Amino acid sequence: MINNMLPPAFILILGAVLIPFIRGRAKSAYMLVLPVIVFITLMKLPVGNVWVIEFWGYEMILGRMDKLSLIFGYVFTIMAFLGVLFALKVKDDLQHVSGLVYVGSTLGVVLAGDFLSLYLFWEIMAVSSTFLIIASRTKESREAGFRYILVHLIGGLFLLAGIVLYVQKTGTLAFDYIGLSGIESYLIFIGIALNAAAIPLHAWLPDAYPNGTPTSTVFLSAFTTKSAVYLLIRTFPGADILLVIGGLMVALPIFYAVLENDIRRVLSYSLMNQVGFMLVGIGIGSQLALNGAVAHAFCHIIYKALLFMAAGSVLQMTGKIKCTEIGGLYKTMPLTCLFCMVGAASISAFPLFSGFVSKSMIISASAQDKFFLIWLVLQFASTGVVDHAGIKVPFFTFFGHDSGIRAKEPPLNMLLAMGTAAALCVGLGVFYQPLYHLLPFAVDYQPYTGAHVVGQLQLLMFGALAFTLLILSGYYVPEVRSRNLDADWTYRKLGRFVYKLLDRSLNSLNLFAEGVLIRFVKSGASFFSRAAIHMVMFCSVNIWLLLGYREKRLGLKKKRLYEDLNGGTLPIGIGAVVAVSFVLLMMVLTQAGYPLW
Amino acid sequence: MKKELTIFDNPQNVKRLRMGFFIALILVLIAEAFVDMHGEFSVEHFYGFYAVYGFISYVLLIFVAKVLRKIIMRKEDYYDQ
Repeated sequence: MINNMLPPAFILILGAVLIPFIRGRAKSAYMLVLPVIVFITLMKLPVGNVWVIEFWGYEMILGRMDKLSLIFGYVFTIMAFLGVLFALKVKDDLQHVSGLVYVGSTLGVVLAGDFLSLYLFWEIMAVSSTFLIIASRTKESREAGFRYILVHLIGGLFLLAGIVLYVQKTGTLAFDYIGLSGIESYLIFIGIALNAAAIPLHAWLPDAYPNGTPTSTVFLSAFTTKSAVYLLIRTFPGADILLVIGGLMVALPIFYAVLENDIRRVLSYSLMNQVGFMLVGIGIGSQLALNGAVAHAFCHIIYKALLFMAAGSVLQMTGKIKCTEIGGLYKTMPLTCLFCMVGAASISAFPLFSGFVSKSMIISASAQDKFFLIWLVLQFASTGVVDHAGIKVPFFTFFGHDSGIRAKEPPLNMLLAMGTAAALCVGLGVFYQPLYHLLPFAVDYQPYTGAHVVGQLQLLMFGALAFTLLILSGYYVPEVRSRNLDADWTYRKLGRFVYKLLDRSLNSLNLFAEGVLIRFVKSGASFFSRAAIHMVMFCSVNIWLLLGYREKRLGLKKKRLYEDLNGGTLPIGIGAVVAVSFVLLMMVLTQAGYPLW
Repeated sequence: MKKELTIFDNPQNVKRLRMGFFIALILVLIAEAFVDMHGEFSVEHFYGFYAVYGFISYVLLIFVAKVLRKIIMRKEDYYDQ
């Protein structure tokens, strides 16, 4: 049965390549069908390892199917469908292609049973997501995309180094539980933790995500961090350090979220906070806690995407997204407002909404194992979520002071995507049994006990009371146009300073290096990226000719592609770096079979 | 031009909403008397623990954030200089 099915990663990555050559309604239908095909494939797969490929004497496992990978596969596929539906009207193939390649590579990561295919998909994920950040085609997004890919390349190198040492030690590419012991495990841990935006390796997230397009940020919010959460659950459950990192992530970003002016940056910090809950769950490591982390990832992906969709709709319809510039939008965007409030109630873990049935699992697990301090921090952070995501986002966007903006509701496809996500949020909150049924461990947990519901309602509503009193008395944090310093300061300012210092003190060496090395590398790199561009151009033009594009239309398409490729030289150059490091990995692996001495 | 919603332009409606909210607050406080709060930690057995903790957390969050702002806030174009 497996023989006539493609691995989900390939369905999306190969499928994405065809998108530029399809037009009109067929294109929309095609893009929506791809995730559906993946979903059906996932449902039909048997448990165990499928698509095992012999490669240079090693086994590559493209489909490790168990309950853990399957539930992540499902939610990523549902998310892909919602993301595509939301972005359906976007007239930019670059975004559609990189979006689906991004989802495909994430599914590759989730289903990978060996380190080789994991690393390959890991790097495709980094490169394709960079395209989503720079898709806004603004100066800020290009620069943020550049920082993003550099940080992720470094993270990838940590992972790679860890993998090489791991394979040397164990003699196998396959991986499952690793646990923190030995240098290789720490290197792998750092590589994965960076993608989970673990403090202090988190700054790329609030730096890059708010710079995407209204639709591309929705994709970004779902995949990178949660695939890292998946890997941490598989490889490092019960690692004590995750309690510390998770605790910090739960508590610190909420202060930034309170202060931030850009709604999408508020949501980015809130994303970190939510991933913090999951990391705490992984750190606790009990069956209930791990189930909680998985369930929370599932619910979180959907309500966070819903919140980013609402923010994206506002940005698209008004051109603005800062608290100081918007407000009072409920008057003309009531549906978007309603969906946003469903997302807000879900992330706040209000009873009958999805966050409640998943977050309470993690909090109960912390109480069960008597982690009192962690429990207090989690409860504190729950109130913090009410502030920034539950109240601040909907209040300052749709109510608050009337900005005078009278924007229309977004197009039907965007409303449909938000409506479906909102329905899922309520559905998961009320009918949680199917979700619990999918969790990796057998569940004996009851979210709706009197104590849970009353305790949670008191916590949330008296938090909201504090907000009401603070805003009426004028003590609430005022909205201010600002930039808040975070860890990215180290490489954006300090880095520049150190560079200048080195530049001065090592000037002669610097000149020499520039003369010889830089020029050599530069010409080499530009040759390769040029060659790549022309190759892509050549292939595309021929296909377009076959498809019957002529004259003006062809010229226009050629020009756009050339500009995109040139503007995106960077990710192509980086693709070359990735390819080179991959070849290096292969060389090491072929050596690994023999003793080193 | 589509019709606008103006429900919250009327101060009377805002007042009603606030009243409803306050009544709900009292209700969830009373509700605690009718459920067994069976917590793992002794603090949970204090009547109204969650209400007090939620309120204090929130106020603390806002005031600490205000102090933090003094340290980390820069002009919007800070990184462009």
